[in-house]
Amino acid sequence: MNGAAALLLADARFPAGGHAHSGGVEPAASLGTVTGLGELELFLRGRLWTAGLTAAALAAVACAIAASESPATWDELDAEADARLPSPAQRQASRRQGRTLLRAAKAAWPEAGWLGRIGRQPHHAVALGATAYAAAATPAEAARIAAYQAVSSPASAAVRLLALDPMQAAAITARLAHEIDAVARQASRHEDGPLEDLPMASAPALDLLAEAHARAEVRLFES
Amino acid sequence: MPVLRSAAPLVLRRTPDAVYLVGAAAGPLGGDQLSLRITVRAGACLRLRTVAASVALPGLDDAESVLAVTATVEAGGALEYLPEPVVVADGARHATDIRVTAGEGAWLVLRDELILGRHGERGGSYRGRLRADYAGRPLLRQSLEVSGTDGVTAGPAVLAGHRACGLLLRAGPDVAGGAGSARPAPGADWRVAVMPLAAGPAVLVTALADDAVTLRRRLTLRTAT
Repeated sequence: MNGAAALLLADARFPAGGHAHSGGVEPAASLGTVTGLGELELFLRGRLWTAGLTAAALAAVACAIAASESPATWDELDAEADARLPSPAQRQASRRQGRTLLRAAKAAWPEAGWLGRIGRQPHHAVALGATAYAAAATPAEAARIAAYQAVSSPASAAVRLLALDPMQAAAITARLAHEIDAVARQASRHEDGPLEDLPMASAPALDLLAEAHARAEVRLFES
Repeated sequence: MPVLRSAAPLVLRRTPDAVYLVGAAAGPLGGDQLSLRITVRAGACLRLRTVAASVALPGLDDAESVLAVTATVEAGGALEYLPEPVVVADGARHATDIRVTAGEGAWLVLRDELILGRHGERGGSYRGRLRADYAGRPLLRQSLEVSGTDGVTAGPAVLAGHRACGLLLRAGPDVAGGAGSARPAPGADWRVAVMPLAAGPAVLVTALADDAVTLRRRLTLRTAT
């Protein structure tokens, strides 16, 4: 990482609203498809290589766009992010997290006035990439933070939802460190390519779980 | 329909209600590179179906079989592409790449179904990619990489233990997009969802199932919405 500022972004205590989202773990726990550590690890790896890869690629490109200051591209990137989130519940969750992150970023880096140009409710991955640039991070680092959060945020939700041993949950994230790095490398390879060819890895169960969660009557997490 | 051009193993046959793609050889076999180009002009309507499921089989050298479909639907045209499922047999490696470009006011119905393995098999590996644009905007970008022998893709985030997964994409002026469509009640089957897309008017139905019949039922039950 390029200094302590970028570490803030990966820190769950940065007030970006990530704690309110389980990344699909809550509906999976309610439906009984994730009940313990073994299933959690499979869930996290599946999420990392699908939603995580796609988010990491969007974050890397957003960081590169911020560096090149081409405002016309933000709309195009927003549309590409929308097309990668068929579930309305996931689009809403992503934009809510993006808006909260953007507010925190504007307060943390007031000199980055250009953050106002990326839209009021950007998708989370796009906001993360732009904010990473404000924090003097590179596109590759933005991808790594996005990939890491794709795992760490649902892992900590799982600890709360399933009363798992936090040490064992942390051990899973530690085991996945190499895969997180591999996903980040793959995601930042597309930094200069056409936006339509950015990774679009999807996971049917994650989409279905997000929709089931949105219509659930009782829930602890927003998504 | 003035022009119908095709060559084995994908042969086109015209019937009164639709054009059928007939598999004129076994497969696709590992190493096959199949390509299908569809153009629907303004005001025209094309229904394209296949007569049976295709079974992707391994080749001799572990090569991947690839089916690339490129479809262009001009403004006011209509394309219904409803192939039967692709079954990926044990040891096979198969890929599909679908690229659809639809003009403003075009109608599109597209189905894509995958079954991992024949009866009693776990299934080979599959890569699928679907890119759709509507009225000059990106509508859907998604890819799926799964393998019948991979615990992660069989795991709870991707296929959640199911062998069959599929999608039905509907786009066009009469398709309810945006916030207009009603959500099913709490407690509805989670293995199917009807999802209005952001760049509509378009709806994507996604489903998981244990077999081809159930998958088809889940995809079609919800097409009326």
